[in-house]
Amino acid sequence: MSRILRKISVLTLALLIAGPIWADELAIRNCGWCHGMSGQGYSKAPRLAGQRRDYIVNQLRAFATHQRDETLGVKYMWNATANLDPLTAGKLADYFSALPPEAMKDGESDLVVDGRAIFENGVPDENIPACQACHGPQAQGVRALPRLGGLSFLYLKRRLEDWAQGRDLSGTPMPRIAAALSPTQIAALASFLSFVEVGASER
Amino acid sequence: MRAAHWRVALQAALASFLTAATLSADAGEKYVHAARGAEAKFEYCTTCHGPSAQGFRGFYVMPRLAGQPAQYIENQLLAFLQQRRRNPVMANVAHGITPSMFPALAKRMSALNPPPFGGAPSGEAALGREIFAHGLPDQNVPACSACHGPDAKGQREIPRLAGQLYWYMVQTLSLWNSERGQGGREDISWIMRPTVANLTPKQIQAVAEYVSALR
Ligand code: HEC
Ligand code: HEC
Ligand code: HEC
Ligand code: HEC
Repeated sequence: MSRILRKISVLTLALLIAGPIWADELAIRNCGWCHGMSGQGYSKAPRLAGQRRDYIVNQLRAFATHQRDETLGVKYMWNATANLDPLTAGKLADYFSALPPEAMKDGESDLVVDGRAIFENGVPDENIPACQACHGPQAQGVRALPRLGGLSFLYLKRRLEDWAQGRDLSGTPMPRIAAALSPTQIAALASFLSFVEVGASER
Repeated sequence: MRAAHWRVALQAALASFLTAATLSADAGEKYVHAARGAEAKFEYCTTCHGPSAQGFRGFYVMPRLAGQPAQYIENQLLAFLQQRRRNPVMANVAHGITPSMFPALAKRMSALNPPPFGGAPSGEAALGREIFAHGLPDQNVPACSACHGPDAKGQREIPRLAGQLYWYMVQTLSLWNSERGQGGREDISWIMRPTVANLTPKQIQAVAEYVSALR
């Protein structure tokens, strides 16, 4: 092979490798404008760091197909996922799920005890199931079940309120579960969860 | 080209995000509470056990209740309540219902017939079928079909295994002696003790795979 040819082939190879990486970094940066560059969440955009990969993939699909249709999702995430191809979505999910999550701790500390009790035991008399049965004893999530531990109080509260008020009814079982909760119970759960740190076993 | 489209859409979203005023939901609003009574209870059960009681795999596995003989369901609810069957989640649930509600709930579950939940690993179904239909005479494992029925549908106090979730089957058979039959020898759960004692983990997985796909 002549030297010039070799040079060209090396260059092509470099471009082939660099191309996709560059595109992914751009995508990550674009998400980061709203979700924070380290994925810890910012303003109304929730933390993505440490969220379960399969859950992120499902949500991106749900926004893209307009199934997830609560007010802020429509407003921000429908555009952000329009034309997002499944391959890129999968890579973004890989990236964000691998970042170490930090607890937001923005709830009301007075309500933590009440919130923990509902999370662990539910309220059988009021037909409220124990959240831990699905989300795990440390609110860590698993597979497509989201991690709730350390998400922001405001986000958790809004999400549960949205379901309780009849928005985003695409999935089961959360709309029905949230409808059984009172505003006080929602505030308690959101407060408790905002203080939950990543379990020692996971570090 | 796709990427360019995507970027334009994203920039639009970004612009509105950065300029939006605070939009938090009104916390003063009241939510509609689910109706009380038997129907609400049934719906509560299905939040965990799946909309048509086909089972659900959360952090813990919620078994399929659909098509389960009503008598078996009632027996288990009583066992949870009396702590003869150990499970913290269901012990709580059972305390929220009065025994007078057991028959109606059990009947409702029993009448449902959704397809199996699925998701089991594959490869050992043939061994599973053999164990289910004929047992393992050399290992003193009886044929499951002798009690659970040739179609695995169960009857009266013997449970249906057809369509039961793979992970629930494996867990239940592996932990039998520490979870079931805590009321002593007269507990009906003791019938299964010799069977579980003689099955290897691989055989448990095989039989779980086989029955989990049965309709
Ligand atoms: C314009 C701002 C904005 C951009 C850009 C944006 N998001 Fe979002 N995202 C939001 C907001 C706001 C929410 C919360 C919606 C709600 O409250 O329901 C959200 C929600 C989500 C959720 C759901 C989280 C959960 O816990 O359910 C995921 C996943 C997500 N975004 C991923 C992404 C990814 C990946 C990108 C980049 C492709 C991205 N977002 C770009 C604002 C944005
Ligand atoms: C039977 C299983 C189950 C139970 C019990 C359950 N959840 Fe969920 N939860 C889910 C599933 C599944 C999702 C994901 C929904 C999706 O993919 O759209 C979810 C999602 C959520 C989310 C959204 C997280 C995010 O990042 O947007 C919140 C918040 C939540 N659940 C709170 C709760 C609370 C609080 C309780 C207890 C009162 C509870 N859940 C009980 C299954 C359950
Ligand atoms: C918070 C989630 C949750 C709720 C709500 C719930 N269950 Fe369960 N249920 C479980 C779990 C987890 C198990 C598995 C227990 C085990 O592994 O021993 C179970 C097991 C059972 C079993 C034993 C099934 C078998 O095959 O042996 C019965 C019967 C049952 N539940 C009935 C009900 C009824 C009736 C209701 C409503 C009144 C209900 N459950 C509500 C989580 C729940
Ligand atoms: C002698 C009759 C008998 C034989 C043989 C038998 N079972 Fe059972 N099995 C029962 C009875 C009775 C129960 C219900 C026990 C209880 O109420 O706790 C049961 C319960 C079970 C359960 C629990 C189901 C649930 O929903 O929690 C599983 C799993 C099971 N058997 C699997 C098997 C397998 C696999 C075999 C064959 C290798 C087998 N059984 C053979 C009588 C039998």
